Amino acid sequence: MKNCEYQQIDPRALGTSNTRTSTTLKLPKNSQRLRRKWEVFPGKNRFYCDGRIMLARQCGVLPLTIGLIFITSGLFFTFDCPFLVDHLTVFIPVIGGVLFVFVIFTLLQTSFTDPGILPRALPDEAANIERQIDNSGSSTYRPPPRTKEILINDQVVKLKYCFTCKMFRPPRTSHCSLCDNCVERFDHHCPWVGNCVGKRNYRFFYAFIVSLSFLTSFIFGCVITHLTLRSQDENGIIQAIQDSPASVVELVICFFSIWSILGLSGFHTYLVAANLTTNEDIKGSWSSKRGEESGNPYTYNNIFTNCCVVLCGPMPPSLIDRRGFLPPDDAPQTVTSDTELPPFMSKNDANMCTQGTKELLESMAHSTVIQSTCAPGTPKTAPVTQESLLRTVSITVSPPNRPHSTGCSGRQARHPIDVSCSQKGNKRAALHTHKPMLHVPSTPYSHGRSPLTLSDAPDMGFIPLN
Amino acid sequence: MSSAPRTATERTKLPYCHESFHNLQELRHSASLANKVFIQRDYTDGTICKFQTKFPSELDSRIERTLFEDTVKMLNNYYAEAEKIGGQSYIEGCLACLTVYLVFLCIETRYEKVLKKISRYIQEQNEKVYAPRGLLITDPIERGMRVVSLKSLYEYLRCIFIPIYIYSALNSKDNVKSQIS
Repeated sequence: MKNCEYQQIDPRALGTSNTRTSTTLKLPKNSQRLRRKWEVFPGKNRFYCDGRIMLARQCGVLPLTIGLIFITSGLFFTFDCPFLVDHLTVFIPVIGGVLFVFVIFTLLQTSFTDPGILPRALPDEAANIERQIDNSGSSTYRPPPRTKEILINDQVVKLKYCFTCKMFRPPRTSHCSLCDNCVERFDHHCPWVGNCVGKRNYRFFYAFIVSLSFLTSFIFGCVITHLTLRSQDENGIIQAIQDSPASVVELVICFFSIWSILGLSGFHTYLVAANLTTNEDIKGSWSSKRGEESGNPYTYNNIFTNCCVVLCGPMPPSLIDRRGFLPPDDAPQTVTSDTELPPFMSKNDANMCTQGTKELLESMAHSTVIQSTCAPGTPKTAPVTQESLLRTVSITVSPPNRPHSTGCSGRQARHPIDVSCSQKGNKRAALHTHKPMLHVPSTPYSHGRSPLTLSDAPDMGFIPLN
Repeated sequence: MSSAPRTATERTKLPYCHESFHNLQELRHSASLANKVFIQRDYTDGTICKFQTKFPSELDSRIERTLFEDTVKMLNNYYAEAEKIGGQSYIEGCLACLTVYLVFLCIETRYEKVLKKISRYIQEQNEKVYAPRGLLITDPIERGMRVVSLKSLYEYLRCIFIPIYIYSALNSKDNVKSQIS
C-alpha cells in the first residue's frame, strides 16, 4: 500500500487523526491499531519514547561510559571543588560544569540520533536492480559480490551491492553488521556510545570526544593542583591523599582515559581535516601505496573547508521515518503495486485492515483529497450484486465546490473509476468477507446530498429503495 | 453537473483528481507502464544528492523528454540548494555547536525547509504535468533519497479504490447489523 500512496494521503501526514484506541467497527476482534514504522523496522535497533529515540540493539558499554563520566565528575564537584574554590577561584566548578554539560549532551545526542541509516530497498526497487544486473547464479547460493563502478571527480569508485538491504550502496556507505543497517558516510560502530557513527551524528561524536578530552584534562589538572596544594598545607603527600581519597580515584580514571581520549581526538581531527572516515582510513581506500595514485575524491583540498564541511555542513534529515504510521496491512515491505491482488485483499481476513482503513479513509475525506459525489442512480431496486453495490460507491470525484443536487441522475453512463476497478475487485472481494453484502439493497444517494465525503459512506448501502 | 472537458488541454486545467479520468478502461489500456521506472542517483559530483537526467526508454511514449528533464533538473537544483555549503550553513552549524546542538530540536533547518519546497514542487508537477499523462512521481525522500520513481497512475488509483470499496462495504455491514440489533 505504501507504494501506492501519493503524498497527499500519506498516513504520516494524516497521522493526527488516527487513533490507537479501538474505535473499530463492530467486527471480529483481530482488528489492529495503526502501528508506527519503528515497530517494524528491520534493523537491529531499539526505539524508545514511541520512536523518538533510537539506539543500537547492542548498546555496548554506554552505561559504563555514562557511569564513569558521572562518577568522576561527581567526585570532582564534591571533593575537589570546595578546596579549589577556597584556594583558587570560583570559576573552576563553573568551567567544570560547562564541560560536563557539553559532554553529557553530546554523548546523548550521539547515542540517540539516527546516524544516517538508509532504509532498505522496497521489493519493486530491488527487483528493478536485479533486472539490471546480469545474474546467472542459482538462488541457492549467494552470487559473487556485485559491484558497480562509477566516476566521482574523475576517480573510479566501486559501489558494492548490499545483499541485506538489496541495493547498491551509495559512496561512503557501509553496512554495519552489529546494527544490520547501511549507514551513510559510515565511520565506525562505537561501543562506548552504543551506536554507529555516521553522517548525521559524526559532528556530535566529534564534539563529544573533544569536550571529553577537555573535561578529562581539566579534572586531571585540577586534581593534581588540589593534591599539590593540600600537601603543601599539610605536611606531605600521604597526608593529603588520606584526607582526600576520592581525588586518587579521579586521578586513576583520568590518567587512563586521557591517553585514549586525547589520542582519539587527535586522530579524528586528522580525519576531519582530510575529509576521511575511519572506515576508509583503516581500509586504506585512498592510500597512495596501492599501485596508482588515488587521492580522496571527496576532499576539498583545503583543511579549513574540510573542517567546515564535515562539522558545520547542513544537517541532513533522517531517512527512516520512525514515527510515521504504517498503512493498515501487515507487511508493508512486501506490498507492491505490481501485484495483481491488492495486498489486504489477499488476506482472508479483511477485517485486519478495517479499522486502519476506515480511519485512513475518513482522514482522506476530511482532508478533502477525494470527495465522492452521490451515486449514479438507477432509481429502482437494482439487482443485488457486488457490482451494483459498488456503483453506489461512486468514486466520481469532482471539485469540492460543485453542487450536487442535480448531478446524480445524469451520470448513469459514466462511472468514472468504479467500473473496471470494481469489476476486478468484485471477483476477488467476493471470495472474502463480503458475501453478506449481497443481501443489502443497493441504493443511490438521494438527490440534494451535499458533496459526499467518505465519512458519509456508511449510509450508502442500505437506504431502502422506494 | 456540467460534463467533463473533452480535450486534453481542458483536462489539464482541472484539479488533480478530476473527471478527466472518467474512463478508467481507457486509462488502463493505455497504461503501458507495467513496472515502475526508477531514476537513480548521479554520483559524478560526489555524495551530494543529484539524480540522473538521462531519459528512460520506458517513458518514450508517455511524456516529452524536455518536461521530464526539466523536472529532474529542478529537483537537482533544489537539493543543491539544500546541501549548499556557504554562509548560512556555517552560521547554522556554529550556532548549533554553541548551543550543544539543542537548537536542532527547536528550529527547522534549511535542509528541512527545502525538503518541504521539494514536496510542494513534486505535488505541483504531478498535478500539472504527470497526472494528465497517467503518471505519478514519488518524492525521493520516501525512498531514502536513492531514487525518483515514476509509476502508472492507473496502478495508484487501483490501490486507492479497492480500499474504498472495502471500507464502504464493511461500513454498510456494520450499519445493517446495528439496524438489526
